Amino acid sequence: MEEKDTDIEKEEDMSKINELIVISGKGGTGKTTIVSAFASLAKNKIMADCDVDAADLHLIMNPEIRHRENFIGGTRAVLNQDKCIKCGKCIELCRFDAIKDDFCIEEPYCEGCSVCSYFCPVKAITMEDSISGEIFISDTRFGPFVHAKLGIAQENSGKLVTEVRKKAKKLAEENKFNLIIIDGSPGTGCPVIASLAGATSVLIVTEPTLSGIHDMKRVVELSKNFSINPSVCINKYDINIELSKKIEDYCMKNSVDFYGRLPYDENTTKAMVARKTIIEYSSGEFSNSIKGIWIKLEEKLEI
Amino acid sequence: MEISVMSGKGGTGKTTVSINLALSAGEKIRFLDCDVEEPDAKIFLLPRMERIEYSTVSIPVIDEKLCTYCGKCAEFCIFNALAVIKKKILFFERLCRSCSGCWLICPERAITEGKRENGIIRYGEVGEISFMEGELKAGEETGYSIVRDMRKIPYKKDLITIIDCPPGLSPTLLEAIDKTDFSIVVTEPSETAFHDMRLSLELLERLKIPCGVIINKSSGRESFIEDYCSKKKIDILLTIPFDMEIACLYSKGIPFSIEIPLWKNKFRDIFKKIVKSGKSL
Ligand code: SF4
Ligand code: SF4
Ligand code: SF4
Ligand code: SF4
Repeated sequence: MEEKDTDIEKEEDMSKINELIVISGKGGTGKTTIVSAFASLAKNKIMADCDVDAADLHLIMNPEIRHRENFIGGTRAVLNQDKCIKCGKCIELCRFDAIKDDFCIEEPYCEGCSVCSYFCPVKAITMEDSISGEIFISDTRFGPFVHAKLGIAQENSGKLVTEVRKKAKKLAEENKFNLIIIDGSPGTGCPVIASLAGATSVLIVTEPTLSGIHDMKRVVELSKNFSINPSVCINKYDINIELSKKIEDYCMKNSVDFYGRLPYDENTTKAMVARKTIIEYSSGEFSNSIKGIWIKLEEKLEI
Repeated sequence: MEISVMSGKGGTGKTTVSINLALSAGEKIRFLDCDVEEPDAKIFLLPRMERIEYSTVSIPVIDEKLCTYCGKCAEFCIFNALAVIKKKILFFERLCRSCSGCWLICPERAITEGKRENGIIRYGEVGEISFMEGELKAGEETGYSIVRDMRKIPYKKDLITIIDCPPGLSPTLLEAIDKTDFSIVVTEPSETAFHDMRLSLELLERLKIPCGVIINKSSGRESFIEDYCSKKKIDILLTIPFDMEIACLYSKGIPFSIEIPLWKNKFRDIFKKIVKSGKSL
């Protein structure tokens, strides 16, 4: 990429950036298949991955890392063996059993609560920033891609999601792109809330199963809390037509935009194995349906 | 001896391996279902449940008569579970990690340690297995305290414990594998499962826990897993094929080692091998 620090000419450029977040509540609904298809279909956009626990999108995008930096998620206790008088106070107080009998702190277990350092009589324990993951900016065949990797036994946090989005926004400004497509975090907890705050548009991918519907309703309500009117699409709609109908009815009643149905298609798994987007892999019914959804989104986003 | 069975990604067959191992062992086993968000080993083992216990976590109990609203507790709590606003003190129980800091540091001794229920532990018996499972209450953020409580329950030391771990690499998993003598990583031949297997193995290496791999739903095309393991000198203990008979038994909730003697022998062999390796350490 040859762009330099070309200062943003007009402030209003920033307000024009659309952030489309794709979420699903529960895992396994095919969210990544859909996000990666959008990567194939959309032009002039930044892709961002906030589903840091799953590697799927990463595998399809095949990123070539161009910039990496550490992500500081919190603090961890560091014990200075030379100062320590082995009184055992810290071992007794640590509620996470992170300090072992040899006065070494087993880092993955430390929650960074700082109780030990507060009570150590000789101040042998200090609290230091801990690197909980890495954030990457990469080049891909679909354009720039912002993604992250968490360290071992680190939980996905709202903080990391916020950081990924910030990076994506900056990249969009630098490239003068007006669209960011984000693979949102699973669940309904803190990371999802962090990905919704400030989003322009939300697409919810659901499937016609009881747990799928349950989770869809929760993320619809969550989006509405952020004054975002989400759109919904059903993946694998044909595995249970009756429940699919129920989802559509729900959308109708709650004035949620219903954007379409996607069939159960083994090509989606095959494309994943071949590390390709479904658009690259096949031109069947699934690809056509997803193109239809994309066109509606383009209209909604006015891009 | 304690053997943990983990997988990284969910749905690879971690529970299947745990129960078949327990049923094939040929000796008395303690079985701990530590997948506290969705404990489902009981569906296959069908234990007679004998009693339950409530699992609790510590929380601060604030006596506002003593509190001077100095704000020291809120300042200390790095999890932001306490807030002092004017003449009011707020506690957010979902954010509290029970670190004990606030009641230890409160200069007025206005905070004492209280308890809050966050799940249940069930005890049962079936055949040679003494069964235990933990279940997190709906809406709770993290279940590591339940797993810790389960692991701390005293037992006869010559019994072998099999621990069905939670999926993922969370603090709850860390509690489940902590100080276990051997860990089995269950994987399947897919990119994501392979990725998660590598992370699990890295973690086990760091915690110095001896381990081996079981490949489930094998299609005969998993040389990438085999190559990786042989490079890292990690044993592949067993390869379970993607097989119609096994899948059918699974959907009916029948552990396949009960129905197919060949598999019972295979599980017994790896069980013996693990126990032997544990003794020689
Ligand atoms: S409290 Fe301080 S001095 Fe005592 S054992 Fe811990 S680190 Fe060492
Ligand atoms: S900071 Fe907290 S969790 Fe970490 S070692 Fe100290 S007391 Fe234990
Ligand atoms: S530290 Fe104690 S006195 Fe101060 S605000 Fe907290 S509870 Fe009140
Ligand atoms: S126990 Fe620890 S986490 Fe809970 S409120 Fe007190 S300081 Fe915060």
